[in-house]
Amino acid sequence: MSHEISAAGPSLRAGLGRWKLLGLGLILPGAVLVLWQIFGQLGYISDLLFPTPLVILKAFAGLAQSGDLWDHFRISAVRALAGFALGGSLGLLFGILVGLFAKVEKMFDPTLQMIRMIPSLAVVPLFILWFGIGEESKILLIAKGAFFPLYINTYLGIRNVDNKWFEVTRVLGYSRIQQIRRLVIPAALPNILLGTRLSIGLSWLGLVVAELIASTSGVGYMMSDARQFADTPVVFVGIIVFAAAGLITDYIVRLGERRLLRWKESYSR
Amino acid sequence: MAETLLNITALSKSFETAKGRVEALHKVDLNIREGEFITVIGPSGCGKSTLLRIIAGLDGQYSGTITLGGQNITGPGIDKGFIFQEHRLFPWLTVEKNIAADLSLRDPEVRRKVDELIELVKLRGFEKAYPKELSGGMAQRVAIARALLRNPRVLLLDEPFGALDAFTRAHMQDVLLDIWRRNQTTMIFVTHDIDEAVFLANRVVILKPRPGQIKSIVPIDLPYPRKKTTSSFQELRLRVLKLLDSLDELELTDGAGI
Repeated sequence: MSHEISAAGPSLRAGLGRWKLLGLGLILPGAVLVLWQIFGQLGYISDLLFPTPLVILKAFAGLAQSGDLWDHFRISAVRALAGFALGGSLGLLFGILVGLFAKVEKMFDPTLQMIRMIPSLAVVPLFILWFGIGEESKILLIAKGAFFPLYINTYLGIRNVDNKWFEVTRVLGYSRIQQIRRLVIPAALPNILLGTRLSIGLSWLGLVVAELIASTSGVGYMMSDARQFADTPVVFVGIIVFAAAGLITDYIVRLGERRLLRWKESYSR
Repeated sequence: MAETLLNITALSKSFETAKGRVEALHKVDLNIREGEFITVIGPSGCGKSTLLRIIAGLDGQYSGTITLGGQNITGPGIDKGFIFQEHRLFPWLTVEKNIAADLSLRDPEVRRKVDELIELVKLRGFEKAYPKELSGGMAQRVAIARALLRNPRVLLLDEPFGALDAFTRAHMQDVLLDIWRRNQTTMIFVTHDIDEAVFLANRVVILKPRPGQIKSIVPIDLPYPRKKTTSSFQELRLRVLKLLDSLDELELTDGAGI
């Protein structure tokens, strides 16, 4: 009897603990929302600047029902994804080449670091002049942001592969290509995945910049349009949509991380 | 006796350091026969690891000649298996994939040999485990299996059990002797443990430091399996110990390294 309890105890407690911790994290935002709603209804805070949570919810429901929200979101998501795909894959490619070959590093890294230092906002006018306010300028702006985290982290991951592994591959008779495929890439994978997460985050960021500044569609446009008509609840809806989208994409990458990095000490099974 | 597998003639090697040239090995001559078990022992700085790395082809730029089966050694390769002090398994691969390494487990021939080796190093049931889930001794057994899969002509072991506790170490010595008896792979085993050196070897090579040179070679004519408690074992152990002790005195009179 006592055996059963002690056997079931830890896992049960661990399960409860997880929900408790989640609940702990919800106390603060929950309390803020409740107080916000109460003070809003009592008229203590401006409903123009801070529409109450229920009003925002209603705006959300209205936009969702009319299909506007979905249309804008779909356009935004495609832009963010396209920009990330372009910038991220180039970042990965250059990170691998620069990480592997000292000559390529000498040739490209200084230029790339220079471009990295230019703030995205500063190139917006130029991008609009070059590519118009169509999709190209937005996707390229997002790609510029998504490029660097993947580039830098891939490069670092490859440079940090310990020489003792290379000795092993030499003793095992690996070819140069096998060394890259079977040693360098898997060893750099934790860094590459970290870079991916940061790149996705910057993709959403770049999207907002692009859409707020010059756009006729997308969630960012929806927000800047609402701002012009002082439709604050819609601005809040946009913020929530971006936050949720960022959180969900990050969660997806973390799921992949947990699967791919099962072998690491810090990831339990 | 079997024929010569590895021939080392007048091998010298020096390193450039901040303090100038240091001669790690000086005119080393050694002949190793097919199927022999050689242990190399000596105080730190005697160049025993350097000797092993040169045989493996990991270190170049030496003078003298080394031939394996009559061929000059030009670089590392699968004909010279190497076991490092740390297991150096790939942490992202399971036990069986680590053993297969660049070979595909989908190849039935590789599959069969990997299964055989897992049996040989007594790791059945751990095929799908990751290195982080293994103990030090188990991981080192995987490393040995990885080297053996490639049918090396010689297995080079650089203090492979140095990081293990005494019990695991004794067990690993038995496992290694068992593998040697079955596969007849030529072994060159570097250690700083006198018991280990005498227990395993046909011949114990004693190196002296500064510069690294062969001080003497002690043949161990005890039948296997050996017992560390027998008087004949202890006699040989004492002989090796005395030879190593005389090195200490040499060092003291030189005043070097103190």
